[in-house]
Amino acid sequence: MADKSLPSFKGTQEQEQKLLAVIEKNKDLPGALLPVLHEAQEIYGYLPIEVQQMVADGLNISLSEVYGVATFYTRFSLNPKGKHQISVCLGTACYVKGSGKILEEVEQMLGIKSGECTPDGLFSIDSCRCVGACGLAPVMTIDENVYGKLTPAEVHKIIADYMEREGGSK
Amino acid sequence: MTIEELNKIKNEYEDLVKVRKVVKEKAEELAKNTGYRKQILVCGGTGCTSSGSKKVLKTLEESLKKYGLDKEILVVRTGCFGLCSLGPIMIVYPEGYFYAQTNPEGVKRIVKEHLRDGVVCRDLLYQETVIDDNTIISLSETNFYKKQLRIALRNCGVIDPENIDEYIATDGYQALYKVLTSMTPDEVIQEVLDSGLRGRGGGGFPTGRKWMFAKASQGDIKYVACNADEGDPGAFMDRSILEGDPQCIIEAMAIAAYAIGAQRGFVYVRAEYPIAVQRLTIALEQARERGFLGENIFGSGFNFDIEIRLGAGAFVCGEETALMTSIEGNRGEPRPRPPFPAVKGLFGKPTVLNNVETYANIAQIILNGSKWYASMGTATSKGTKVFALGGKITNVGLVEIPMGTTLREIIEEIGGGIPNGKKFKAAQTGGPSGGCIPAEHIDTPIDYDSLIAIGSMMGSGGMIILDEDSCMVDIAKFYLEFTVDESCGKCTPCRVGTRRLLEILTKITEGKGEPEDIDKIDELSKHMQCSSLCALGQTAPNPILSTMKFFRQEYIDHIYNKTCAAGVCKSLIRYEIMPEKCKGCTLCARNCPAGAITGTVRNPHVIDTTKCIKCGVCMSNCKFGAIRTV
Repeated sequence: MADKSLPSFKGTQEQEQKLLAVIEKNKDLPGALLPVLHEAQEIYGYLPIEVQQMVADGLNISLSEVYGVATFYTRFSLNPKGKHQISVCLGTACYVKGSGKILEEVEQMLGIKSGECTPDGLFSIDSCRCVGACGLAPVMTIDENVYGKLTPAEVHKIIADYMEREGGSK
Repeated sequence: MTIEELNKIKNEYEDLVKVRKVVKEKAEELAKNTGYRKQILVCGGTGCTSSGSKKVLKTLEESLKKYGLDKEILVVRTGCFGLCSLGPIMIVYPEGYFYAQTNPEGVKRIVKEHLRDGVVCRDLLYQETVIDDNTIISLSETNFYKKQLRIALRNCGVIDPENIDEYIATDGYQALYKVLTSMTPDEVIQEVLDSGLRGRGGGGFPTGRKWMFAKASQGDIKYVACNADEGDPGAFMDRSILEGDPQCIIEAMAIAAYAIGAQRGFVYVRAEYPIAVQRLTIALEQARERGFLGENIFGSGFNFDIEIRLGAGAFVCGEETALMTSIEGNRGEPRPRPPFPAVKGLFGKPTVLNNVETYANIAQIILNGSKWYASMGTATSKGTKVFALGGKITNVGLVEIPMGTTLREIIEEIGGGIPNGKKFKAAQTGGPSGGCIPAEHIDTPIDYDSLIAIGSMMGSGGMIILDEDSCMVDIAKFYLEFTVDESCGKCTPCRVGTRRLLEILTKITEGKGEPEDIDKIDELSKHMQCSSLCALGQTAPNPILSTMKFFRQEYIDHIYNKTCAAGVCKSLIRYEIMPEKCKGCTLCARNCPAGAITGTVRNPHVIDTTKCIKCGVCMSNCKFGAIRTV
């Protein structure tokens, strides 16, 4: 379950109050678990076991049920995300235009694999299936910014710029 | 809301919206009634938003204000126009002039030169629309639009999706009024049945029959649901409809609810579609305010409301029983059928579940009649189909065509052909459940049955064009990787079968394929098709089977000759510098991450294949095209 390499849970009182309010609002809704987990992830940024436990207690269901749902859906993350979240589209349109090489370049530069976060917490990489910007394929998003019609060389420059702004991390 | 009030709004906004639908002279005439000299439509769909349409919109509004034009020129943020590769898109009405790939600097010029001084910025227009010095054609006259027939997409790129009045102006909610005040539920179902409409999510089941079964099911509580969990990577029809015309889905769901006797509806939409979710949320609020949702709609005694539920990134949830399990708050795993959802669906109650695009046709069928709808298309597939055209094609975007249009028309005329002078190799339809249509079948008319006959399927509407640089074994492997990731794991044939198939394919692409692999794939595929629980597993082998059928030689080359003609499979290729083309600029050697390239300035360089990691950096950097794969 909880990976030893994960940083310890650092939830605040304020976050907990917010989560309890969300649970209260939804607890009588049929099929409340998914909407609650969506909002919980919004509050904490990810779904550590401590948060899952609070959701289980609040909705009066077992932790195993919450864990089962949280691990089933790719949108729910049990690992924290980086300050900058990089997402490379591996949808079909991007794939045939070479997004595999884009992902390789990002992974190589940051020294982590897709689904992981750099040890300094600055960057995390994910791959996704189609952000719907197929006209710009291949596409990568960093936080809210969309970068389209990419080549590995451009990716290198974009990531290097981010690294530099973060004070030469790595 | 009464019909008089509805018609009053319609009359008030009708001309304003019509200006965007008719041709020049008529539009200019109509524009006089609207109080606006010109209207500027800016695409606010996901594609154009990604390419920067928000900045374009902001600059446009600021510039109009700066020149004092903001009172006489109306700015409308619409949904998707369809030509996503040319975004951000901006259209000027009444002329219908089409500015492509706009940016803030260009917008400033357009406002000053075109809108203020009346001189069109020709260099910023989409070049296909500039015929000669005197003629500029409008958006609707371009090759991309001419061949299309827009029913499901009729309002996308035309109306402001966040303004219900513009939807009302295009006959919005007239169909719901007609149904509630002058038709019985059976008559509604008969009309849908007669139209020949089949499910647009991929299955192709007759929509009217689905409704008939749900109506016949006993129970006080029934549900209607909308499947907006568009998971096929590379497909974005449903998203564009929700972003461009969300009210048409709400109206259609209300009609379906009336027909089967439901009072509540659910839209299950991907959380990855934030703009669609936001527009739908706004649309629901506006529909409630106006009384199109809620109690006693149009004074008929019919009550209905809709809730949004967000998916969480599981492809299998596009399968109907899995989707319902997910709405119920569980792991989205499918369950065996029967019982079918029409008998026992959401929360155990009879449920009708239709896809977004299916719903988008309903109001038009009710208003124009089943005969009108059934007059379009082929013998067994009526109406139109929306495709998301992507991959190696000039006009990447969204197209809606009458059923029976050939693949050739889509690729060569609407799609503008294959870029960079490359040759068309195949079109992939139906995503991870579908197959490839090779060049020899390019004249196949597209409908449900002809696609199945050649081993592909309609699917939800993703259409990825592949050219000679695409390796078909690699494409099959790509889809298998996808199904391995997305298999929910409930049934063994799918969970284990997809993984074994992927292992065999990986072996083949790494040059370790053995002759018996082809038979193994055949046998395993057959078992998966027969014994998987849901369509995900049953159709997972399709991408391999169809590529093996039409591109068998490629499999044989990979297995026996250890070559990949398209130069995609890394283990089977090596990079080579052609000495006659190499100028010795040293760029490749300086960029090679493995230090595998040696040579002196102004002399041809050489790649040491023992050091080369085949990353391709040298080839993408070479300015002289001197590096090739062999």
